[in-house]
Amino acid sequence: MTARRLPSGGRIDRSRTIRVQFDGRSFVAHPGDTLASALLAGGQTLLARSFKYHRPRGLMAAGVEEPHALVHLRDGNRHEPNAQATMVEAFDGLKSTSQNAWPSLQFDVGAVNGLMSRFFGAGFYYKTFIGPLKGTGFWMFWERLIRRAAGMGRATTLDDPDHYEKINAFCDVLIAGTGPAGLAAALAAGRKGENVILVEQDHVLGGSLLNEQAGAPSDTWLSHAEAELRDLPNVRILSRTTAFGAYDTEVFGLVERFQDHVRAPEAGKPRQRYWLVRTKRAILATGAIERPMVFAGNDVPGVMLASAVRKYLNRYAVLAGKNVVVATNNDSAYTPALELAKAGAKVVICDLRRNIPAGLADSVKKAAIDLRLGQAVLKAEGGKSVRGTYIVPVDSNGRATAKGTRVICDLVAVSGGWAPALHLWSQRFGKPQYHASLDAFLPPAEKGAFLCVGSLAGAASLQEALSQGHAAGGSIGREPSLSGPDDFWGRDLMPVTVITKADGSTPGKAFVDFQHDVKLADVDQAYLEGYVSVEHLKRYTTSGMAADQGKTSNLNALARMATLRGMEIPSVGTTTFRPPYTPVAIGAIVGHDHGLYFRPTRLSTIHDWHKENAAEMIEAGAWLRPWYYPAKGENIRGAYIREAAHVREHVGIVDVSTLGKIAAQGPDTAEFLNRMYANGFKTLEIGRLRYGVMLREDGFIMDDGATARLGQNDYFMSTTTANAAKVLAMAEHLLQTAWRDLKVHVTTVTDQWAAIAIAGPKSRDLLTAVTKADLSKETLPNNHLAYVLVADVPCRLHRMSYSGELAYELYIPAKSGRKVWEALVAAGAPFNLKPYGTEAMGALRIEKGHVAGAEIEGRTTMKDLGLEAFASSKKPFVGSVLRKRPVLEDPKRPSLVGLEIIGNTGAKAGSLLFSLNGPTKGHGEGWVSSTTYSPALKKNIALALLARGPARIGETIQVVDFLGSQTLQAKVVSHHFFDPEGHRQNG
Amino acid sequence: MLRIHCPVCGLRDETEFTYGGDATMRRPDMTESDPKAWVDYVFIRDNPRGPHKEYWHHVTGCRQWLIVKRDTLTHEISGSYLAREVADLADEVAA
Repeated sequence: MTARRLPSGGRIDRSRTIRVQFDGRSFVAHPGDTLASALLAGGQTLLARSFKYHRPRGLMAAGVEEPHALVHLRDGNRHEPNAQATMVEAFDGLKSTSQNAWPSLQFDVGAVNGLMSRFFGAGFYYKTFIGPLKGTGFWMFWERLIRRAAGMGRATTLDDPDHYEKINAFCDVLIAGTGPAGLAAALAAGRKGENVILVEQDHVLGGSLLNEQAGAPSDTWLSHAEAELRDLPNVRILSRTTAFGAYDTEVFGLVERFQDHVRAPEAGKPRQRYWLVRTKRAILATGAIERPMVFAGNDVPGVMLASAVRKYLNRYAVLAGKNVVVATNNDSAYTPALELAKAGAKVVICDLRRNIPAGLADSVKKAAIDLRLGQAVLKAEGGKSVRGTYIVPVDSNGRATAKGTRVICDLVAVSGGWAPALHLWSQRFGKPQYHASLDAFLPPAEKGAFLCVGSLAGAASLQEALSQGHAAGGSIGREPSLSGPDDFWGRDLMPVTVITKADGSTPGKAFVDFQHDVKLADVDQAYLEGYVSVEHLKRYTTSGMAADQGKTSNLNALARMATLRGMEIPSVGTTTFRPPYTPVAIGAIVGHDHGLYFRPTRLSTIHDWHKENAAEMIEAGAWLRPWYYPAKGENIRGAYIREAAHVREHVGIVDVSTLGKIAAQGPDTAEFLNRMYANGFKTLEIGRLRYGVMLREDGFIMDDGATARLGQNDYFMSTTTANAAKVLAMAEHLLQTAWRDLKVHVTTVTDQWAAIAIAGPKSRDLLTAVTKADLSKETLPNNHLAYVLVADVPCRLHRMSYSGELAYELYIPAKSGRKVWEALVAAGAPFNLKPYGTEAMGALRIEKGHVAGAEIEGRTTMKDLGLEAFASSKKPFVGSVLRKRPVLEDPKRPSLVGLEIIGNTGAKAGSLLFSLNGPTKGHGEGWVSSTTYSPALKKNIALALLARGPARIGETIQVVDFLGSQTLQAKVVSHHFFDPEGHRQNG
Repeated sequence: MLRIHCPVCGLRDETEFTYGGDATMRRPDMTESDPKAWVDYVFIRDNPRGPHKEYWHHVTGCRQWLIVKRDTLTHEISGSYLAREVADLADEVAA
């Protein structure tokens, strides 16, 4: 292959010279080049090594369908693998390197795989890793080596320095593709005043018109069309943008490579943008992709698609070879053949057909082209570059009928017909229709709000493409009129793309899927082994599963299977395309939603105080909460034990603003609560609080919390931090469906109230000092509420205890949370007030035997957790029937107990429980749910669920942590470790 | 991504909603004590291929529960209603 840049022509800016690098070598290029055209112009024909056999590969295509030329781009933290050289715009200083080759592209040790190909055929993994040597260990050992040998590029492990953004957009019509059909559609729709988004993956508009010789008549129309569109304020043109996904209800995913064509994005600009576009209708003008032929050596560098050869010639002024063999089964390869001859190449055409249109025959004769009808390329010869072809006469099945001739050449331009790029259409609607005369699958002309136009819809001429686009856009203004080459591929196509010897075999490796190295023989083998459905064929051979998703291989694989099965192509079927059409960087999909910004972080209004006072914070759902407040040099264990002990001796405050809070209002609220909670709520008086347990419909516990009755029809429910959203959604569901007879409104007020728990023997004294209110035991007994002023802020004071101490919860208008907290801290000095975090709160509640999220984890019932006494037998409630299912009443179910750990080491949550003298195998008789050191008891304790738990109090059991290989012994006790009578909280 | 018409808020992205399951199920009366009725309601579902009625909760919008007629095969949505405004949930929606 002796490619070179022609002295004139092309659509490149020759006034400027830029340099690009490949494997350390520098190449001259011009703005307008791609990396591929620059390398080709510089004579670099070897660009890659193949996936499995490490065969030398060059360029086959000039666009999105390129299967071979995957390269590494850039270096350092901008290093990027698997870029298609054909899709990379050349810019000055662009660095690229080859991938999947060692030690070098020129000499690659992995090529030895080619000699072993009979072992690496279809189903290699399945066959090798089952049988005598099966097993995960065996696979994992080999996987590392196999992945290293067979593969694609390497990703960087460094952080991406660039940022990506997401844009939501809306339009009346989204048009994908700016070839003639897409532009005609955009003009008509734009003139109509529709809000248009026009998407083009290239950096310039024009699509296939750019493959015409510069100065062609279509250029004038193209520039006028673009100027008119750019003048229309209702038309938004997105170039360097790919519509990669068509989703339900006319939603499209686009990726805009906004700053990929420069060394590094300009300051403040995103590298790529992810667009989510909602449109009323869509016009797809995505064109068609030329289909290669399958013959021995069809992957040798220098075997290219005829349309790609034409594009390199006309758009980039690169003549890809001097001696060209054009192999075709249709008319469309004649235009490139004639243009190559005109540019000075010696051209031989071998056409499978015995007859071609008279006009074509005349023009090739005039151009002194050697035309061989009824012949095909049986084999392309050469290693790192094509040296010649072996051309044979063939029958109507593509089988050689006689000996052939050897033709020396340095370029083979192939056309096996065309495949409309119906990927976006297929993503939405699945199976397209097969048209036998075109040997192609086409989308139906119209489907819902989707219109397909141009080559995608099988348009037979440039004029037909323009007319289709114009009509789809709304037929506003004059219909564009242009004449193009009369070379429609579908006119007299001979639907044969596989060329074999008379016996049906190929004299060498003939590839169906280039990127995954799937050979014709692999398809045959899949057939012989019974993998005959297209879905099995795809997965067994991996044909169509590479990064190019089979853009050049799907039809040839299907056609071969159809031949083997003696069926027509439509009976064999076709696979469905899935998004994305072309690879999309994960960074673009993620945008800014990563790390801390993955989801919103909810902060209490007291958050800043915690940070200023050196609190360690912990995530609790979407919230950040104070975990503990370490003294100097103190670790978490030291801190929580000190904080918990302090609460029992003096007084502590903890920020509980994260609790879910729901206002339930209306005349039927008491009945509503009575149905929602397992315990009775009808008798709750105004000014009183009641703890409640709530079940799911299936009878398991969902949540617990206290509800306050504030007025005749006004209740204030609290939920755990984790379940607030779930409880509200269930309440809304029931009230809006099954319980529409109840006049109740529920609304979240979580964000409206800050909340502080004040706990400890001195809490009443502190609050009395701060509020100047009478909070005596007689005025405000446990489970009562009062309205108080703290630092002039009106607050509501609930007397209730989670820690087991004399305790209160103060509800404060959210904006005054910090003010009230600081007022408490200021007034607390004489009472030795200290803040405490969630870790100490957990220790206190475990000492008290209160359940929390580790016990209410979705698999436990009221009976399991010893909460049976709260369940009313006088009324039905959510889950009241199903909680009585026999299996849930089984006394062998693990039930809540306390554990006193023997020795100085605490148990790990999740440890399994076993009888003292029994074997420690299997899932055990229960598990540890919550664990802590108890400063009050001065020992390690835990809450656990143990089979027949309450009946085993007094027994000693084993506590085994299989992850940490720790075995402890523990005494089973009541989970009410501390002050079981509740003297302290009721005092 | 689906776009769902909310009778209160208009056409909105699916991401604003949470899926609430089969809307053809009718919750037994609160006084129902037969476990079978509750097992049917909680656990037993058809898995229709084609037209279906589903609950969707406009959870980051107006917080209304909708009944959406959706084709499980094509994802086509042919109607959406406020659950609270459908006269008899099981019968009306099944029609």
